[in-house]
Amino acid sequence: MNYQFNWKLVLSGQYGHWIIQGLIVTLKISFISIIFSLIIGTIIAVFRLSKIKPLEWFSLAYTEFFRNTPLLVQIFFWYFGSDAILPKPIKEWLYKQNFEFAAGVIALTVYTSAFIAEEIRSGINSIPKTQLEASRACGLSFIQSMRYVILPQAFRIIIPPLISQFLNLTKNSSLVMTIGVMELTYMARQIESYTFHGFEAFTVVTLIYIAISLSISLLINLYNKYFLRNLKY
Amino acid sequence: MAYLELKNVHKWFGNFHVLKNINEQVDKGEVLVICGPSGSGKSTLIRCINRLEEIDKGEILFKNKSIHAKDVNINQLRADIGIVFQQFNLYPHLTVLQNITLAPIKVRKMSKDEAETIALKLLERVGIKEQAHKYPAELSGGQQQRVAIARALAMKPKVMLFDEPTSALDPEMINEVLNVMKDLAKDGMTMLCVTHEMGFAKEVADRVIFMDQGEIIERGTPEHFFTNPTHERTKAFLKEIL
Repeated sequence: MNYQFNWKLVLSGQYGHWIIQGLIVTLKISFISIIFSLIIGTIIAVFRLSKIKPLEWFSLAYTEFFRNTPLLVQIFFWYFGSDAILPKPIKEWLYKQNFEFAAGVIALTVYTSAFIAEEIRSGINSIPKTQLEASRACGLSFIQSMRYVILPQAFRIIIPPLISQFLNLTKNSSLVMTIGVMELTYMARQIESYTFHGFEAFTVVTLIYIAISLSISLLINLYNKYFLRNLKY
Repeated sequence: MAYLELKNVHKWFGNFHVLKNINEQVDKGEVLVICGPSGSGKSTLIRCINRLEEIDKGEILFKNKSIHAKDVNINQLRADIGIVFQQFNLYPHLTVLQNITLAPIKVRKMSKDEAETIALKLLERVGIKEQAHKYPAELSGGQQQRVAIARALAMKPKVMLFDEPTSALDPEMINEVLNVMKDLAKDGMTMLCVTHEMGFAKEVADRVIFMDQGEIIERGTPEHFFTNPTHERTKAFLKEIL
């Protein structure tokens, strides 16, 4: 074996710059998708429990459809297939932005929100029914009861599985390299093909992914601890 | 004219006929105590009045208007009819003060300051003003139930429903809750109380009704009810409970 390790090569100069660029894109796409998937996941979960049949069915179809198809297929669908169904103004607007990035965000959001919806639904179900009853009895609407009474309690319970979903999303974001989003994995691949130093490039990127994941866990756990301080049953 | 009126009310849980042809009237300011063995439908009856349960047949009129009429806003109806549960059902993630002010702010559209002023007055009235910033879990059962009463009163309800409010309490805490309820009755609140506290019934009830197997089988003044009940089932019940 006469492979010459050259860590400096991938960490400095143009290649180091690419890694930073890729990191920023990865953080951006993950952060945006986490926020959207949390919002959409919550809405889908509440739909499922709304006791309004069409909304329940929609929610069921949504979760089952997007949980049970491969993410890569979904990414390709939004990137190559959405062209056929999106209205023209939206399409034009998207092309003016960064279409790869947008398709990536949509795919990651839709896919992850289906899982998050299920977590949130089980969280809501774990709150005693009497809480909804008590809040409805005071005159709060279903939505208000969810927002002020049920969801704040449910979210605290589902923090651990929610962290897993956020971590999955962040790692899954590497798949969007296939549609040309220049995120971390894309950059590592590019450095590898320019320098043939794939080992260093992918090792660095691996470590960066671990660092991002651990930071997400840490941040949410701190947030959780700060809030849990006040939660006593 | 009756303030609250139940006409031929029926309800089924599946095949189980839980309320059978209930007819009852409650006047403004009246205190009605509902007693009876467990499973007799007393809780279901009062839960139908704020539509936590829906009736299958008959009619319930509040201020001469059907509570099931199409133009009735169910949230406004519930805001006007307070309920206190056996298990308190406070919101564990909110402080005592937040528990009380949530609905007034969100449903009655009060300002936060106004709602808090009212909440603190109510907490003073139920004797636990100093607990305002604690969480429910830090309070005793009796204190939690008094918070629950304050929470219901903060909506300025026209009618108060009590669903066995002292049944989950340790014996030494029962009186602190009953005293709040007596105080409320003296202030002229219209109250429907499901309770087994016969002392309370004797002292503050205007009328007592006795339910068994989904029917009202005895009704009258507390005096009549305790000294001279007509129905055998009532006599047996009173013998057990007194």
